[in-house]
Amino acid sequence: MPKILEVQHLRKSFGGVRAVDDVSFDLSAGRLLAMIGPNGAGKSTCFNLINGQLKPDSGRVRILGRTSNGCKPREVWKMGVGRTFQITATFASMTVLENVQMVKLSHHGRTRSLTRRMQRMYVEESMELLELVGIKAQWNRPAGVLAYGDLKRVELAMALANNPRLLLMDEPTAGMGAMERTHLMQLTADIVRSRDIAVLFTEHDMDVVFTHADEIIVLNRGSLVARGAPDQVRANRQVQEIYLGTEEAARLQKNGSEAHD
Amino acid sequence: MGFYLVQFLTGWADASGLFMVACGLTLIFGVSRIVNFAHGSFYMVGAYVAYTLITHLPATGMSFWGSILVAALVVGAIGIVVEVLLLRRLYHAPELFLLMGTFGIILIIQDLSRWLFGAEDLLGPQCPGLSGSISILGSLMPQYDLVLIAVALLILGLIWLLLNRTRWGILVRAATEDREMLAALGVNQSRLFTGVFFLGSFLTGLGGALQLPKGGADLLMDLNVIAAAFVVVVVGGMGSIQGAYLAALIIAELSSFGILVLPQSTLVMMFLVMAVVLVIRPYGLFGKPESMVHEAAGEPSATLRPAPARLKMLGLALLAVIALLPLVAGEFQLVLLTEIAILSLASMSLYFMMGPGGMVSFGHAAFFGGGAYAAALLVHYLQTPMELALGLAPLATGLLALIIGWFCVRLTGVYLAMLTLAFAQICWSIVFQWGSFTGGDDGILSIWPSAWADDKIVFYYLTMVICIGGVLALRAMVFTPFGYTMRACRDSPLRVDAIGIDLRRHQWLTFVLAGAFAGLAGGLYVFSKGSVFPDEMAISRSFDFLLMVLLGGVETLFGPVAGSAAFTWLHDQISRLAFWQLILGSIFIVLVVAFPQGIAGFFNNRFGRYFGAEPQG
Repeated sequence: MPKILEVQHLRKSFGGVRAVDDVSFDLSAGRLLAMIGPNGAGKSTCFNLINGQLKPDSGRVRILGRTSNGCKPREVWKMGVGRTFQITATFASMTVLENVQMVKLSHHGRTRSLTRRMQRMYVEESMELLELVGIKAQWNRPAGVLAYGDLKRVELAMALANNPRLLLMDEPTAGMGAMERTHLMQLTADIVRSRDIAVLFTEHDMDVVFTHADEIIVLNRGSLVARGAPDQVRANRQVQEIYLGTEEAARLQKNGSEAHD
Repeated sequence: MGFYLVQFLTGWADASGLFMVACGLTLIFGVSRIVNFAHGSFYMVGAYVAYTLITHLPATGMSFWGSILVAALVVGAIGIVVEVLLLRRLYHAPELFLLMGTFGIILIIQDLSRWLFGAEDLLGPQCPGLSGSISILGSLMPQYDLVLIAVALLILGLIWLLLNRTRWGILVRAATEDREMLAALGVNQSRLFTGVFFLGSFLTGLGGALQLPKGGADLLMDLNVIAAAFVVVVVGGMGSIQGAYLAALIIAELSSFGILVLPQSTLVMMFLVMAVVLVIRPYGLFGKPESMVHEAAGEPSATLRPAPARLKMLGLALLAVIALLPLVAGEFQLVLLTEIAILSLASMSLYFMMGPGGMVSFGHAAFFGGGAYAAALLVHYLQTPMELALGLAPLATGLLALIIGWFCVRLTGVYLAMLTLAFAQICWSIVFQWGSFTGGDDGILSIWPSAWADDKIVFYYLTMVICIGGVLALRAMVFTPFGYTMRACRDSPLRVDAIGIDLRRHQWLTFVLAGAFAGLAGGLYVFSKGSVFPDEMAISRSFDFLLMVLLGGVETLFGPVAGSAAFTWLHDQISRLAFWQLILGSIFIVLVVAFPQGIAGFFNNRFGRYFGAEPQG
C-alpha cells in the first residue's frame, strides 16, 4: 500500500524540554490513525510539526513521498492536506456555502481575481460537499450563527474541498455532545474510507478512538511508546500504566483541559 | 563636550514631558483597551487651567506648583466625568465606536477651550526661582528642564510602586494581562476603569501643566501631542510603563541630536523611529501581541450580500436625481455635492480596507493628500493635462500604498492602525517641510481643470461619473473572488493559512487598491478646489475619513457614502455658526450612543427587510 504520510525520527525541543523525541510512524491511504497520550505527551507539538506550524529540529516528514520539512502551513495544504481545528476556524461572516467556495477558490488559484463574481463560482461542487456532510439545508446561513456541531461539519466540508489525500484533525469531537461525537466520527470514517483518504487525528475521548481508529499510536513524554491496532494497544502494559496511573487526574482535569489544552 | 551634554539633558527633559502623556495613555489602553484620542485634549486642558491659575495668583513657587497640581486634579476629574457619562456606555459597543466617541470629545474640548481661554497662543509663565540657567561644562542648561527630568523620574517610581506594591496596582496589572480572568474573579471592573481613567487623565493634565514654562499653551496642542504620545506608546509597547519611558527617551534624544545633523528632519524622525521599531519588534519594545480590533469586539462581522432588486431601484432613482439636479440646483449646491462625491469615494476606499479588509487605518489622508499632491505637482511642474494627471494620481498613491502596505501588513489591529498614522505623518512632514518643492505651508495654487471641464456643471458631471464609478467598482470588488478572500483574511487568519492563502500578500493588495482609489479622489479634489495644502494630508483629515466611515457604519456597503454625505452636509450647515465643533462633537456623541451601528446600519436594521436583506445584530 502507498504511504501517504511518513514521519521519520522527528525531534523538537523547547528550551531544554524534549517535546517530541525521535518519533517515527507512517500512514497508508484509507486508514484512520489516532494519536493519543496524556496531557503534555507531545501530541500537539507532533501535530504542528506535520502541518507546518512548527519546524522540526531534526528528522523528516514526508507527505505523498515529498519532504515537507520547513514548509509553511499553506504550502503543506497545497501538497494535498486538509485540516480541521480543535476550536473550529471558519469564516464567520460568510454563509456556509461561501465558506466551502472559499476553499475551492484557493484550490483553483483564483483568489486574486478581481473581474469575476464569486456568487456563481464552484457552487455545484461545493453543494455536493455540503450534502455529503449533511448540512446542505443550511447553505445560506452565516457560519457565525450556526450551532457548534454544525460548524464542525462545515469545517469537515472545507477540509475535504481541495480533494486532500491526508486529513489532519486536531480533536475532531472536542466540545460536542456524546451522540454528536459518534455521528460525526462515523461520517468522517465513511467519507475517508470511500475516498481513500488517510486521516491522522488526536482525541481525548477514548470511546471515539477505540471505535473508529484503524490504528493507534501512543505518545508519552515526547516518545512513541506503543503502536498497533486498538486491541493491541488496549492490551499493552505500558499504555495501561500510563493511562491507569493518570486516569484519575485526567478525569479531574478534563473540564479544564477541554477549554485550552 | 558641555554642548553635547546639555543637548542630551534637553532631550531628556523633552522625553520627561512626553512620558507623562504617554504613561497615562498606555495605562488606560492596557486596562480598558480604549484608544483614547481625546487624551491630547486633556493635556491641552491641563496647560490652560494651570496657565489661568498661575497668572491669577501671586508669583510664588508655592502658587506655581499648587496651580500645576490643581490643574492635574481638574483634568483627572474631567477624565472621570467622561468615563462615567460616556465611555462606560460604550464598552460593549464595537471598539471603533469608542473611537468616534473620543473624537466627539476632542471637538467639544477644542471649542470650549477657545471660548474659555481665547484663540491666541499663550506664552508660558516662568517658574518662580527656577527661571534661570546653570552652567554645565561651559554650556547653559535651563534649571526648569532639570526639574522636569526629576519630576518624571519621581512619577515613574511612584507608578511602579503603585502597580507593584498595592492591591489596586495588582488589579490594574491583572486587567492588563487578562481582562476576562479579572471579571471572573469578581472584581468591580467599572470602579477599576474609572480609577485608571482618573490616573491616566491626571498624568496627562500634569504633563500639560508642567510643560507650560517650556511651550506655553495653544489650541493645536491636542492633536500635536496625541500623535507624539501614540508613537511613544506604540514604540514602548501598549500597556507598558517602562516601555513608554524608554521610548520617550529614545525618540526625544534622537530628535534632540537629529536637529543638529538635519534640521529639516525633526518631524520625520519620530515617525521613522516608530516604523523601524515596529518592523523589528512588531509589538513595541515591551509589548505583547494584541488581538485584532475586530476579534476583540467578539461579534462576527455582518454577512455581505449583493444588492437586492429594490435597493437597486432606489440606487437608480438616486442616480436620476443626481443627473437632473443641475437643472434646479444653484452653483453652491453643486459645489457641495461635488465635494460630497469626492469624499465619498475617499471614505469608501477607507471602508474597503477597514470593513471587508479588516485593517483600520488612522492615516488614510496620506493617500488622499498624496493623490492631490501628485496631481498638483504634475500640473505645476510638467503642465500635465488634467485627464493624464487624474490617471497618474491613483498610480502614484498605489505605489505609495505598495511601500507603506509592505510594512503595515506585518502588524495587526491597533499596531497596524498606528503604523498607518506614522507613515501618514511622515508623508505630511515631507510635504510640509520640503517647501522648495511642494510649496510647504503655502501649498500649490492655480490647479484648474482642462478648459472643457472648467464649467461648474460639466465638472459636476465629471466628478459624479468618476466617483460613482469608483464607489461602485469598490463595491463590486467586495463580491469578486478577491473580495471574498479579503473577508476570509479578516474572519480567520488561521483558516486562511490552512487553505493555502498567503494572508499578507492579499492584505497588501487590499492596501494598494484602497490607496489607489483614495488617490483618485485626491486628484479630483485638487481640480475641484484649484489648490492643495498640507492640511489634506494631516491627521485631522485622516480623522475626517474615519468619522465618515464610522458615521455611516462599518457593516454596510453604502455606509461610507451616507456617512460622507451626512458629515459634509453637517459640516457645511454648522460651520457658519460659532462653536460649530462643539455642536458637531455633541452630535457624534449622541449618534454613538443612539446608533451604535452607524446611519446606514440603522436603516439596514430598520428597513433592510423591505429591501430583502437579512437584519443584522
